[in-house]
Amino acid sequence: MSETSIFADVLRWLPFVLWGFGLNVLMSVLAIVLGTGAGVFLGLGQTSHIRLVGGVSRLATQLFRNAPWLVLLFYCIFLMPYSIVISGATYNVPSWLRATLGFSLPVAANFSEIVRGAIGSIPKGQWEAAEALGYSRSVTLFRIILPQCITRMLPPWMNLYALLITATPLASIVGVEEALARTQAAVQSEAQASFLIPMYATLLVMFFLYTYPISRISNALERRFRTV
Amino acid sequence: MRTEIEGRDLVSLKGVHKAFGSFEVLRGVELGVAKGEVAAIIGPSGSGKSTILRTINGLTPVDHGVIQLGDITVTDPKVDKVALRHRVGMVFQQYNLFPHKTVLENVAMAPIQVLKEPRKDVEERARNLLAGMRLTEKALAYPGELSGGQQQRVAIARALCMQPEVILFDEVTAALDPEMVKEVLSAVRKVAEDGMTCILVTHEMRFAREAANRVFFTDKGVIVEQGEPKAFFANPQDPRTKEFLDKVL
Ligand SMILES: Nc1ncnc2c1ncn2[C@@H]1O[C@H](COP(=O)(O)OP(=O)(O)OP(=O)(O)O)[C@@H](O)[C@H]1O
Ligand SMILES: [Mg+2]
Repeated sequence: MSETSIFADVLRWLPFVLWGFGLNVLMSVLAIVLGTGAGVFLGLGQTSHIRLVGGVSRLATQLFRNAPWLVLLFYCIFLMPYSIVISGATYNVPSWLRATLGFSLPVAANFSEIVRGAIGSIPKGQWEAAEALGYSRSVTLFRIILPQCITRMLPPWMNLYALLITATPLASIVGVEEALARTQAAVQSEAQASFLIPMYATLLVMFFLYTYPISRISNALERRFRTV
Repeated sequence: MRTEIEGRDLVSLKGVHKAFGSFEVLRGVELGVAKGEVAAIIGPSGSGKSTILRTINGLTPVDHGVIQLGDITVTDPKVDKVALRHRVGMVFQQYNLFPHKTVLENVAMAPIQVLKEPRKDVEERARNLLAGMRLTEKALAYPGELSGGQQQRVAIARALCMQPEVILFDEVTAALDPEMVKEVLSAVRKVAEDGMTCILVTHEMRFAREAANRVFFTDKGVIVEQGEPKAFFANPQDPRTKEFLDKVL
């Protein structure tokens, strides 16, 4: 077996794996959107002065933040219905979609902590100044506190996304045909040992090329915001 | 001592008590300030000066006692907070400007957003106030680009833009470098000379003597002594006042 033919084999399988990687990207994008949305509510809930809201938000946050991602994934895969009925029509819920929901739980919990941390990092004087000017608590939060939080939340949010995309291959364990599952399939069908390492290396490079720029931008933003 | 004008006091505190946990910060504060008066509150650290100010605009709720501001009863649990904050401005030691808003926005935003006044009028007023603080060119700058003294003058303009009847100043020069203290004190003085009722907590004894009509001395949560600044500083009556003035003068 020559090296060129291995290279050719990898190239031949590349579109197949790339399509799988597309699913990783899709799951990560959906999960970050859902998780961020839910995380905003949980995070604001954590800072609420209403006892019940604060308590429930803190509990949910800690629960989902301290559970292994894989366990949450299993929960969503096996506990969610396989099909849902909307106005008479039955829709199957594909496993990748159920996995996506599984990923959005830890994302929501981690983002909840990012929101809480950012709100907490704003000096108390900002709240007091706003209160002394007649602003209510909620208006202060939305007009004065949160706008200052956005720049502080952006870098950790991007880091969270990088963490999320690198976690998506976990979905292969529950049968989602994403990049790792497809790489495994390719390796098995070629049935030659020399093919294994280049194929997995290709997968690594794929994730690296996607994730590294995100981490770099996140770090750059963090440095920028720290100096102002 | 000055019971004859007590009925005309714009701000009055009667028997005000406040405890944080088991720690009694205010133990029966009696204080009256007439319209147009400048009252200085002095006293040792931890004696409750900031807490007194914060009870006047309702930032700190009291346990007992009555606080009256004109026809508003501040200590009424159903008090209209917006009306109260409209009539009492506050300037803090740490300026507390909003860093993501320009100087002009900082000054104009509350009257527009809270009091729902027309933007055009408020911005014109804000620009005039900034001009009065000699900050015309800084209107579009962000607070982070200003010196401490400039920031504090913006904070004073912000309080004035609400068109309050009383402004509370809490050690507004304490966080400043010495060379900026003067510019801020003269800004405060200008506000006072324009007829604004001012209640100021200060460590600047000279300023209290020159700018105030009345000095209140607090110790351990009560007002121990009060009087005209000249008499107060020249001839303090209470031993605690004497001891404090000996230390700081
Ligand atoms: N929110 C709070 N919770 C608990 N204790 C408080 C609170 N605010 C103030 N205190 C305490 O009340 C006491 C009086 O505080 P206050 O800030 O009114 O004093 P002060 O006279 O302004 O002192 P300083 O000159 O140091 O500013 C202090 O011992 C302070 O620790
Ligand atoms: Mg104080």
